[in-house]
Amino acid sequence: MSAPAKERLVVIGNGMAGTRTVEELLPRTPHRYEITFVGAEGHPNYNRIMLSAVLAGEKTFDEIIINPGEWYAEHGIRLITGVTATGVDPAMRTVALADGRALAYDRLLLATGSKPLAPPIPGLGLPGVRAFRDIADVETMIDAAGRHRRAVVIGGGLLGLEAAWGLKRRGMSVAVVHLMPTLMERQLDRAAGELLQRDLDARGIAFFTNGQTEEILGTERAEGVVLADGREIPADLVVLAIGIRPNIDLARGAKLDVNRGILVGDDMRTSDAHIYAVGECIEHNGQVFGLVAPIWEQTRVCGARLAGDEDVVYVPPPVFTSLKITGIDVFSAGALAAAEESDSEITLHDAKRGVYKKVVLRDDRVVGTVLYGSVADGPWYVQLMRDKTDISAFRDQLVFGRAFAERAGAVAASVVDVAAMLDGEQVCGCNGVSKGAICRAMLDKDLRTLDAVRAHTKASSSCGSCTGIVEAILTHVRGGAAVVRREDPPICKCTERGHDEVRRAIVERRLTTMDAVCDALGWKNRDGCQKCRPALNYYLLCAWPDTYRDDPQSRFVNERVHANIQKDGTYSVVPRMWGGLTTPRELRAIADAAEKYEVPTVKVTGGQRIDLLGVRKEQLPAIWADLNDAGLVSGHAYGKALRTVKTCVGSEWCRFGTQDSTGLGVRLEKLLWGSWTPHKVKLAVSGCPRNCAEATIKDIGVVCVEAGYDVVVGGNGGIEVRVTDHLMRLATEAAVLEHIAAFLQLYREEARYLERTAPWVARAGIEYVKRRIVEDGDGRCALFGRFLHSQLFVQTDPWAQRAAGAASHEYRAMAEVE
Amino acid sequence: MSIPGESWIGVGRLDDVPRRGARRVNRPDGAPAIAVFRTADDEVFAVVDRCPHRGGPLSEGIVQGRAVACPLHGWVIELDSGQAEPPDEGCVSTVPVKLVAGRILLLLATKSPLRWEAA
Repeated sequence: MSAPAKERLVVIGNGMAGTRTVEELLPRTPHRYEITFVGAEGHPNYNRIMLSAVLAGEKTFDEIIINPGEWYAEHGIRLITGVTATGVDPAMRTVALADGRALAYDRLLLATGSKPLAPPIPGLGLPGVRAFRDIADVETMIDAAGRHRRAVVIGGGLLGLEAAWGLKRRGMSVAVVHLMPTLMERQLDRAAGELLQRDLDARGIAFFTNGQTEEILGTERAEGVVLADGREIPADLVVLAIGIRPNIDLARGAKLDVNRGILVGDDMRTSDAHIYAVGECIEHNGQVFGLVAPIWEQTRVCGARLAGDEDVVYVPPPVFTSLKITGIDVFSAGALAAAEESDSEITLHDAKRGVYKKVVLRDDRVVGTVLYGSVADGPWYVQLMRDKTDISAFRDQLVFGRAFAERAGAVAASVVDVAAMLDGEQVCGCNGVSKGAICRAMLDKDLRTLDAVRAHTKASSSCGSCTGIVEAILTHVRGGAAVVRREDPPICKCTERGHDEVRRAIVERRLTTMDAVCDALGWKNRDGCQKCRPALNYYLLCAWPDTYRDDPQSRFVNERVHANIQKDGTYSVVPRMWGGLTTPRELRAIADAAEKYEVPTVKVTGGQRIDLLGVRKEQLPAIWADLNDAGLVSGHAYGKALRTVKTCVGSEWCRFGTQDSTGLGVRLEKLLWGSWTPHKVKLAVSGCPRNCAEATIKDIGVVCVEAGYDVVVGGNGGIEVRVTDHLMRLATEAAVLEHIAAFLQLYREEARYLERTAPWVARAGIEYVKRRIVEDGDGRCALFGRFLHSQLFVQTDPWAQRAAGAASHEYRAMAEVE
Repeated sequence: MSIPGESWIGVGRLDDVPRRGARRVNRPDGAPAIAVFRTADDEVFAVVDRCPHRGGPLSEGIVQGRAVACPLHGWVIELDSGQAEPPDEGCVSTVPVKLVAGRILLLLATKSPLRWEAA
């Protein structure tokens, strides 16, 4: 007996709404349909919301792919991409494709999305004019940012501002033309819109509000735009972001009922009972959709309906917006202002700090909120809206936020936020996932990681703004079993901000002192702590090598006193031996010092030098002076710094040696010593592939071969052994020095404090490192230049300075009492 | 006011201690040294210079607010009470300290200071 024939479901549109509907459908009825996707874009399905992050260089395209090819294969789904559907015949139940093929269906899902709106002006067809809609647009914009200087974005709404910020991040000078007097006027009221404009203005984006674009200038390509009042703005790239309209061409051709969008009922069906539609292409109760939360609700309903559940109906959820511009916090939901007689507004406006909060009330219930600068309470207000909570008991505290209202005893207080959250409380607004749903999934399916929770519940998988809460729930529910990993986790308890975010802010906002960083980024305690202060000190030193004044009080003791503290409070002293070479004179000086200062232990280290252990602090300047006399300097064995360059003897002596590995090691160490780095850095140079210097488990290694030098990076011989990745083969020593210094500078600029090269390379990907160091010659030279510049300020022997009396208070007691 | 057998002893000037830093005061006959701290706000605290955990020199730690992180294993010790911050448990002895005209005085069961560093 053969299995019953499956019904055929064809989905037109391989975007977020179509794939999500199928994801909703499959768990309910995995085998009912034979599913085919038709997608015009030649890419896998990706998270369109994150396009702005790709444009800003914060994410790669691969990172925003939602359903890779394997997903389709796993579920036996047929995927046709790069082909447009040209017609639907509802009578025959067939879909015609542009390449001449036709597909028969039992059920059809239209998820054709939207098209960018274009103003009716001359010049739209010029090269250099783009919408901001799909990955092809983003690729064009990134390419333009690399070649051209000036961009104009038409449209000061959510999308336009994210485009403007992304182009600014890519180094373009950016102007935004906006038809209305204030930005994002559909989501923000005037006050918040003005704060937003002020902050973006301070970041170097120019604004032309009340600006009506008349024409795009240019002959060969876009050269500028002209406004109705005669103002002219030069531009090499013009981005249109004035809005979207539903893509209804296919539906109209099929004679389905359409208005602005494809008309659907509460069951997500179109006027043809076999055809469903979801997403930006539809119109429901006179409404069209551009934000993700209501669309996810549509996919849930549509998936259930396709699975045969006739009871589920679509009810639009409250909609809220947040802007994805790093460091700018905007949140809005519901009504922007009081509209009826029974409405009232409570506002808090601190223009100096850039904080604005407004809550709109109707009959003691929250019906809207606009937040700027301090948005943590956004989800709480939405929850109050959704639950129609009577707020009269804590109206006085309402605008100050949840924590304050709770402290005042007006609302049931909580020890830990997530512990106090009700099961029904919504965590992820984009995907409509409640705390209870997350908790159940974690326990039922034994989920332990954020990724697993995202995969099963979708919570935090869209805009990501609730990631912290989802992680907190994960830790709360799973305790020690939870594996919490955030892309850029907070540095420490003094801040919510992650290392990457802080580093970007230091450079972009030209923060040059620790106080400036803590002020500008809202550190919770002014002094910071032992975790963030050394990190900030390093980041500032790396960003401003010529002007930043190193703060000794923000360094760990070893780096402050230039020796390694031991468990008994004594120190160890390791002089540098360049490339592992030494001389009788140096050895004699070390022996003499060891005897003179009664050093209890003398040890040969793994880095080819000698360690004097058990030196008392007050002896340090004197022992250094003695060692300096023989030409020995600090080996920085105590620092997050360049440590050793281990070598084998190479072609000078070894019968297998192919190159002068010892000499190259010495030259590398002379080039790199003194540099401060996110964590310690160890090198090795082996003279042949026998690799006696163990170069393939070092941060940076060179393996000499007859044809030249193989440069390898990102190795580690510590707790977690990692073999290096191959960077490239080079022909000359000069090229080796340049590539390695550029790599070290990239590590210095992009790794997080206390992150060794191994996890950093693993995280960034060797392909990325190759792009920066191997393929981008100009970029490499710039890195090399920045490295050499920063070396100007650090290649002074710290021991010699202290032997001569610098920082003498470090090395003696303040007083001796009897 | 002082307890009999103890007296206020000058050990140096405020300026001898770096802001958000510490200096050590040595004592004779194997008595543990004392760490004298200066906060960002120029408050002064003194505690025995031994972390309750593994005896690390607190005077070498990073000062944050009114606390110091031990350089050996990162325990954070409150300088006013000598208590370790939870979840760690332990306590170090505090030493009464006062500032008089820019001079740091400790209340110690000793006779007199031998010497201190010139400001």
